[in-house]
Amino acid sequence: MSGGGVLLDPQQLKLLKEYRLERPLTSCHWDVRSRYVFCGAEDYVIHRVAVADGVVTTLVGHDSWVRAFGSSPDGEVLYSGGYDGRLMFWPVVGDVLMPMRVIEGHRGWIRGLAVSGDGRRVATCGNDRLVKEWDGATGQLLQEYSGHGAHVYNVQYSLDGARLYSCDLKGVVHEWRAGVSQPRVVATVSELHGYDTTFRADIGGARSIALHSDGRQLGLGGITRVSNAFAGVGEIVVAVLDVMDGKLRQVLGSKDRTVGTTWGLSWHPGGYWIGLTGGGGGGWLYFWRGDAADEFFRLKLPSDGRGVGVSTAGSGIAVAHADGQLRLYGVG
Amino acid sequence: MMRRRPCGSTECGIGRRIFLGGSILGVSGLGHLLTSRSAIASQVKAGGRRVLNIFLHGGVSQLETWDPKPGTDTGGPFRAIETTVPGLRISELLPYTARQMHRLSIVRSLDTRNGDHARGVTEMTTGRSRMPGVEHPHLGAVAARSLMADDFPLPGHILIRSSPGGRNVESEFHSAAWLGPRYASMALYDANPPKFEDRPGEITEDADARRDGVRQRANERFRLRRRTAETEAYDFSFSQARELLANRHVFEVSRESAADQERYGSSQFGRHCLLARRLLEHGVPYVQVNHADYDTHHENFDFHIEQLGEFDQPFAQLVADLAERGLLSDTLICVMSEFGRTPKINRTYGRDHWGTAWSVLLGGAAIQPGAVIGRTNANGTEVTDRVVDHGHIFHTILRGVGVDSLGEFEVGGRTFPIADPARQAIAELLS
Repeated sequence: MSGGGVLLDPQQLKLLKEYRLERPLTSCHWDVRSRYVFCGAEDYVIHRVAVADGVVTTLVGHDSWVRAFGSSPDGEVLYSGGYDGRLMFWPVVGDVLMPMRVIEGHRGWIRGLAVSGDGRRVATCGNDRLVKEWDGATGQLLQEYSGHGAHVYNVQYSLDGARLYSCDLKGVVHEWRAGVSQPRVVATVSELHGYDTTFRADIGGARSIALHSDGRQLGLGGITRVSNAFAGVGEIVVAVLDVMDGKLRQVLGSKDRTVGTTWGLSWHPGGYWIGLTGGGGGGWLYFWRGDAADEFFRLKLPSDGRGVGVSTAGSGIAVAHADGQLRLYGVG
Repeated sequence: MMRRRPCGSTECGIGRRIFLGGSILGVSGLGHLLTSRSAIASQVKAGGRRVLNIFLHGGVSQLETWDPKPGTDTGGPFRAIETTVPGLRISELLPYTARQMHRLSIVRSLDTRNGDHARGVTEMTTGRSRMPGVEHPHLGAVAARSLMADDFPLPGHILIRSSPGGRNVESEFHSAAWLGPRYASMALYDANPPKFEDRPGEITEDADARRDGVRQRANERFRLRRRTAETEAYDFSFSQARELLANRHVFEVSRESAADQERYGSSQFGRHCLLARRLLEHGVPYVQVNHADYDTHHENFDFHIEQLGEFDQPFAQLVADLAERGLLSDTLICVMSEFGRTPKINRTYGRDHWGTAWSVLLGGAAIQPGAVIGRTNANGTEVTDRVVDHGHIFHTILRGVGVDSLGEFEVGGRTFPIADPARQAIAELLS
């Protein structure tokens, strides 16, 4: 973050800035150059918050909540996926931001969005149980993948962009490759799904996703050991999956079995996972090295967290909160 | 008896007799609280009319169904869609039902001032405000008593629901209270017929008839000395058990065509709706289908996608079928819950209990189609026009099937108001 040092030790983390937005926030995303944080909220617009001065610009175009973002590697284009099923391309810079492209991408919610490392492809997934790839420049549909049996909650590219991973409500992880219509089933992560027999409903899915810098470990955040789906009584979890052999490397949780959901997840260049949680146990930032199931540090947040983003350099952490505040953390 | 709720509350109920209890052998256990059949024979009869009540347990969100408020601070992520009634929009989660709205109407102005599950279930299904120690008959019992011919061979009040697993659900059966157990609910689980148990093979038909003769003579002798509601109940239960055995095909949803079974879908609720159609076609005056669960304190939107996704198509199919088969003019449809859900979205994307401004769906029989009664404010936090409550809905349902809800039942020489005398039907909704 501007003016801040690189965050290597989470225990030095401090709240640096707060920005109040009108509605409860649902998601956030750093601009590649760390100039802005984009937020989704319980409204139909995207809020661009300038980190330097807190000026807020609204991006109008979606017709529902927005909870999925991505950026082109050059930092010029923002991609957004909404619960209206639309994939939209936006300029990042400017005083008035109009959509560059509006694509009716999915039938039902877009839940997840990822951008390949070279920026040439954008992947989306959603409630139509499909994974789609789009040309990052033209918006043309490149490929449509079907094979999931439930809502697809998140997508993530491999480091080289040759593979795409997706995870659905039932914890089924697929690997997709360009030109191959059938997925490789990487694993079914049972820790990420439950069926509540009393309320007769499924609960689970990868509510957050991130790839380790080694390119093999895929982190999938969510809720586990659910005893009451409709009250959200379950524990925060991050399942770390080896995408090469499909084995579960580690199931990350909390020492005190915090009740809630891991809504956000990131692999920090400092060598640890950052998980954002919210729910019955309140809002927390969790830090795991991955060599043990429990966190090595956690930071209490003033309100439930709903989305997290780490700046490109790793110096800043943005948290979208249920109380309508965007909070920026760093070492100051 | 307790039922687990997400909110941590429990539904407690007074233990009631289970009428038939899913097995026709249950009828032999009847005997208490039965009113005299002579009393049953009177009162209102609106021949051939029926009530279908779909009860969405847990409290379905009015904002995700019948009264969407997209774009407001309470509206959530879903959009409103057009229906077959110009200007009437409902949630996008109900695309199939939207195509049937010209046959249905919405009451958007319920203020029941209650956020308790058990109380809500009781009040919505009895039309009365709950008072300690006072029990009123369930809507199904009132409908059965009012609409069922004396010689109707089947139970007049049938509840279709999921099997309870290991849960004690005695409190979830529908009491007939002072109307007597003839009008209490018979439950069918998971779209399965009752557990019919045939006469054992070693007992011949003649032997069985002789055995029944002995029972009848014993009853008669007892009756000469002391005629009671209990003896009447025993007699009735035996005769109805026989009728059920003779009409077992009515309960077998598997007899419906493969095409129909496909149209209703493979979900349990789909099969429940198809069974409901079958029962209504056979003249059962009150059928209730429970669908659970909507008590979405957490992730309200995800769970409403899931639950309403199961509800929408079979329900719409049932409405369409009733209309196409000429049954809708005599069948009143209601979709109700114990309450609605809070306009305010909580910190875990849930909505909590809310009885202040919510909706019920009605249609068929004498309900005017395509109407909207009442109104809430811009973000759904209060009713701004035509406040009604459970009492008004109860009256309206009965009036809709031709029952004078302001009348009285005579039971055992006493008279009881059919519905809450302090309320009346929503007249403008009735044709």
